[in-house]
This record gives sequence, structure tokens and C-alpha cells, in this order.
Amino acid sequence: MSNETPTKGIAKVIFSSSLGTLIEWYDFYIFGMLAKTISVQFFPEGNDTAALLSTLAIFAAGFLVRPFGALVFGRLGDMIGRKSTFLLTLVLMGGSTFLIGLVPSYKAIGIAAPLLVLLLRLIQGLALGGEYGGAATYVAEHAPAHRRGYFTAWIQTTATLGLFVALGVIMAVKSNMSDAAFNSEWGGWRYPFWISILLVGVSIYIRLKMSESPLYAALKKEGKTSVNPLKESFGHKNNFKMVLLALFGAVMGQGVIWYTGQFYAQSFLENTCKLEFMQSRSILLWAIALATPFFLFFGWLSDKIGRKWIMLVGMLLGIIFYRPIFGNFLEKSSYKNWSEIDLWRYKKTADTLNLTTIVVNDSTTSSSCTIVTTRGSYELVTNKNIRTLSEKKEVKNITLPLITKWEFIFLIWIMIVFVTMVYGPIAAFLVELFPTKIRYTSMSLPYHIGNGVFGGLVPFIATLLSTTFTNDPLVGLWYPIGVAALCFVIGALYLNNKVDKDIND
Amino acid sequence: MGLLWMLIAPVIIYFLVMGAVHNIGAGTKDINNAVPWVIIISIFTPIAIGLMIFGYYALRGEYDRLPESSEEI
Repeated sequence: MSNETPTKGIAKVIFSSSLGTLIEWYDFYIFGMLAKTISVQFFPEGNDTAALLSTLAIFAAGFLVRPFGALVFGRLGDMIGRKSTFLLTLVLMGGSTFLIGLVPSYKAIGIAAPLLVLLLRLIQGLALGGEYGGAATYVAEHAPAHRRGYFTAWIQTTATLGLFVALGVIMAVKSNMSDAAFNSEWGGWRYPFWISILLVGVSIYIRLKMSESPLYAALKKEGKTSVNPLKESFGHKNNFKMVLLALFGAVMGQGVIWYTGQFYAQSFLENTCKLEFMQSRSILLWAIALATPFFLFFGWLSDKIGRKWIMLVGMLLGIIFYRPIFGNFLEKSSYKNWSEIDLWRYKKTADTLNLTTIVVNDSTTSSSCTIVTTRGSYELVTNKNIRTLSEKKEVKNITLPLITKWEFIFLIWIMIVFVTMVYGPIAAFLVELFPTKIRYTSMSLPYHIGNGVFGGLVPFIATLLSTTFTNDPLVGLWYPIGVAALCFVIGALYLNNKVDKDIND
Repeated sequence: MGLLWMLIAPVIIYFLVMGAVHNIGAGTKDINNAVPWVIIISIFTPIAIGLMIFGYYALRGEYDRLPESSEEI
């Protein structure tokens, strides 16, 4: 039947599914991107309870609640239908995002503020856990077999486009007001949360007009839907072993490649390379915009040559090129490589001890950075006088020359192309692995463990490694490289490259 | 290879527990906070058990021939 699935109206199916998923990603990302401001407003320093709630908001939402949401909504999707379930996740996500934007600050309502934000963040994680499996399954069950990879690749673009929209909205708001106005209690940082309700409203309206997936509707009509999807997914050995294969042979590696190429790269440019905020964001925006079409290309290609090797080659390229690429970022953004004259001026100025903040310009390359020097206690010998003072230098707001900026865009683009290789075909791959009646449940859990847990752990493990092995600034990359390598070997040994022509079973 | 996957799982848990022991309370970063470690170890333990089961299935040759259709699942 799937070969004969009508393609009429598929554009509408893809558009309505993708739009909702994109908005869910947007909602999930803006919280992370505005984490610093949110922390100041809701989780003030010095309050242990607020600190605990902040940690829970960061870690529990991604690691615990997302896989749990996959189980809850996967089960619902297999029992009552795809359409109703991913409509519900959209309402939950949009509602909680909008409400985060309305929560008064810690100053205004005390501990209730971080508690409310934590609760809403957990609902966001829960909703995200249920959304993707529904959207991917819904599109795949509408698509003809020979174009399943291409059509589901549209859903795959949404995670990256959601990031693009989130970055764009935050940059647009921020560039239209001062930092003080943006960060104030009811300031601009809340606008991206409020905007969400408009986007979600439109998406709900569109999704309400959609009909149920034809494969699921047929299954329901025949009374063959699963009574207990959790038990059938994870309690039956034959299906459970495919869940394990999907996780360890594909999604685990995909998760770390995805996270490293988009999020760790951004964090590295901002926190390790100390690039200026707007420049680092614009580098990512350009790279995403130029790389996104490749999701569709690799989805399309997977229909022709199979999914397996495209995903595995994406992982292999990440394994080989991550360290050279990140090493290049570090080298090209280091102010120590700039002209000696400028550094000499900086050193001399620092010696005057009056320095608080200076801007260093390298006229030969049009680079600049801000060097902030603060006092504490250090030892300085001037002539015969020994004075005890302290000095802490912090370099920030590094602005790269245009040619280096484009070099960085190219390198991030390359890493996002790796992402498109592993992520573009994976929805079709997962859909084809499991039977219709438990597909939503079976594919959602490995997907969210792979992306939420293995991918989400990249910054934590990177910090752990860099604290333990202090001599290598790139040591944090061994985690995604190691996970991708393990996944590559497992996938190469056990995965099948065959495209399943009939998913109506 | 199945045996290798089975052995990797306890090694991962060992390193996570040792990482927690060495880092909790040793500074002010996230890795020095007990809460993330509790969350991560509690979520990773069943995943590691899953890897062991995967290794066991691989050892028994369960993945030598993958199902051709859902009827076999």
C-alpha cells in the first residue's frame, strides 16, 4: 500500500507538521539561549534553593523529562492517533513557553518564580519528547516509499531552522534596544517567549485541519492498534533489540554530531574563543542558512542509495575533522597572534595599574577585542617598591576580520553539513525499523535518548574533561568523537542499508 | 564484538561514578554539583544496561539477520 500512498496534498502535510515542530524547537531553544538573563531574573546567586532549581531546570528537562515525554506521548500516539497527540504536545509547548514570559521575577514573588519556571521548563521538555516522533511518523506514513527519505527530511530541517529562528528573533530584539532594556525585569528578553503564542496559534489552526495518518487510520479501522505500546515496544524481545540497535547503531552518534556541530560550536566560539556576541551569532546564522538545504539533499539521496552509509559517513567525518576545525577556531581567534605593537601597548597600559577596560585594535587585520583588568592581590615590583595587589585579565568581545569571519562560517557550515548527513535520513530510517502499531513509541525513545542524553551531555562532559586534563583546550571533543566512533562501528557492523518499501505492517 | 559492548557498559558507569566522587564539592562549576551527577548516573545506568543487553544479543548472533518485515517483529 505504501507504494501507492497518494502524494496529493503531501506538501500541506509536510508544511503543517514541520511548522509545528519548528515552533517547538524554537520554544525549547530560546530558554537555553537566554539562560544568563533567565538566571539573573529567576535564579539569583547566593540562594541555594534557587541554585538547585536552576540546575534541575537545565539538566532534568533535557535528560529526564524528554525521554519520559517520548514514552508518555509515544504511547498516546500509538493508542489514540498521531494527529491528536502531536497537537497536544504543541499546545503544551506553546502554552508553557508563553507562560515563562509572564512569570514575575524572583524579586517580585520570591521562590515561587524559580519554581514556576522549573515547572514550565519541565513541561517544555515533556512536550518536546512527544513532538518529534509524531511529526516524523505522520509525514512518513503519508509519503510514498521511494520518496520517504526526502519528505521526512523536511521534518529534519526543523531542529536547525528552529535554532535559526530563535537566534534571529533574539538578535532582532536585542539589536533594537540597549542591553539594560533587554535584560530588565519586564524587558526585551521576554519578547521571544511572547512571540511564541502567535506562532503556536497559527500552527494549531493549521494542524486542526489535518486528517489522521492514513496508515494509522486503516489500522484503527481494522481494530489492530496496540493495546499496550510500551509493553510491545520494550517487553517483546524482537522489537526491543531493534530499539537497542537504533540507539547504539545510529541515534547515539547522530545526537553527538548534531549537538557538537550546532550547539557546542556556538558555545565554543562564545565562551572559549570569546567572540563578540553579534558576530558569533551571525557566523552561526550564515552557516545554518547555507547548510540547511543539505538536509533535503541527503534525505533525497538516502532514497536512492540507502540511509545507513550516509549517516555513518557523517559520523566518520565528524570523528576525523572535529579537532582540526576547533583547533583552527582557537588559533585564529587568539588575540596573542595579533600584531606585537598592539599587545605591547596593552602591556604598557596595564603596567600603569589604572586599567579597567581597554579596546585593542589590530589595524592590519581590522580585528578588535576588549581587555578587562580588575584588581585583587598580586605582587608587582616597581623600582625598589614592592606592592601587593592583584590583577585579573579577561579578554572578551573579540571581533574577527571579515576574511576570518567567513573562514569560521565555512568551518561551521562544514560541521552542519555533517549534521545534515546524520540527521537528514534518520527519520525515515527510524520509521522503517518499527511496525505501525508501535512506531510512535518505539522510535521516540531512542531518538530522545540519543539527542537529549548523549547529545545534551556534550557540554557537561566537555567541562569534566577539560577540568581533568587542563593542558589540552580541545580535550572536551573526545566525548563526541568517542561516542560517534562507537556508534560508527556498531552501525557499520549491524545496520542494514536496505530501504523498507512497505511500512504498512 | 558482543563481548566488547557488554564490557564497555560497566566501564562507562565506573568512570561516571569515579568522576562524581572526584568532582562533587571540588569547585563551583556544574561538574562540582551533586544534582547533575545524580541525574546523569540515574539516566545512564539503564542505558548502560541496555548496552550490555545489546552486547548479549550481538554475542548470540541476534543481529546477524535483521527482520525483513514487521511480521517478524
